[in-house]
Amino acid sequence: MIARITHLSVYVLDQDRALDFYVGKLGFKKHTDIPMHGGGRWLTVTAPEQPELEVALMPTTPWGTWTAENAATMRGLVEQGLFGFAAFKCTDVRATYEELSAKGVEFPMPPTQQPFGIIAVLKDDSGNTFSLSELEPKKRTR
Amino acid sequence: MEPYPKAYLYRRIVQAKRLMDERFMEPIDGELISGEAAFSQSHFIRLFKQVYGVVPRTYLSDLRLERARQLLDDGVSVTEACFTVGFRSLPTFSRAFKRRTGSAPAAYRAARAERARHMAAEPMEHIPSCYAIWLGWPQMRDPG
Repeated sequence: MIARITHLSVYVLDQDRALDFYVGKLGFKKHTDIPMHGGGRWLTVTAPEQPELEVALMPTTPWGTWTAENAATMRGLVEQGLFGFAAFKCTDVRATYEELSAKGVEFPMPPTQQPFGIIAVLKDDSGNTFSLSELEPKKRTR
Repeated sequence: MEPYPKAYLYRRIVQAKRLMDERFMEPIDGELISGEAAFSQSHFIRLFKQVYGVVPRTYLSDLRLERARQLLDDGVSVTEACFTVGFRSLPTFSRAFKRRTGSAPAAYRAARAERARHMAAEPMEHIPSCYAIWLGWPQMRDPG
């Protein structure tokens, strides 16, 4: 029986820039950063209130089993916003939108009221998109 | 045009939060913070809690403790971390740090230093084997 997710991958165009974005703008925390032979790097971050789930900021360069062709295909998909999509929860979508917008984060969809609640969609520095919706008050940990 | 109802209120709250984010290591007080949002202190505290789930004082303390945690990760001494992030008393800092992280600052610092040493010596033990094998990473540790 599968019990938990411990790691997820987000493919990024530049790991240094992605680290700045996820930590400096979104407020994630750097968890592990290990340089690897051949230009690779194992780099993970965690969401502020979810330290047990590591998000690996994966390189899109030829490395390990990845050929130059694989890497170019992945970069193209990521750049066009066609590859990554995931969902974030926050305490307040409007406040998070205001704060991240002020920091220069791009929102393809600003806060929008939907039948199921208010959502927004943000884009990371590589082109991956994430929805943003609100935690139920009772699930807030702080 | 406002993108959603009462956007101006959110902007004022966020402006005050960003003041804390940027100046938390300085001796800023409640009056300065609520003044940034142009609200009375009591109104500001209520709105801030509604938006962020905590009162501003707790948020400010959390910022300081998080920065202290990063400084301890980098090997800074407990005393230096305490006063750098804006605490005025070492015992108060130690109690707050332990309450937040579950460890006393010195113990946390020692554990992180040990983790860093181990990561440098055995990096593959800090990468999930499944990732490393699937992506062809074994033996790809950077020789430095």
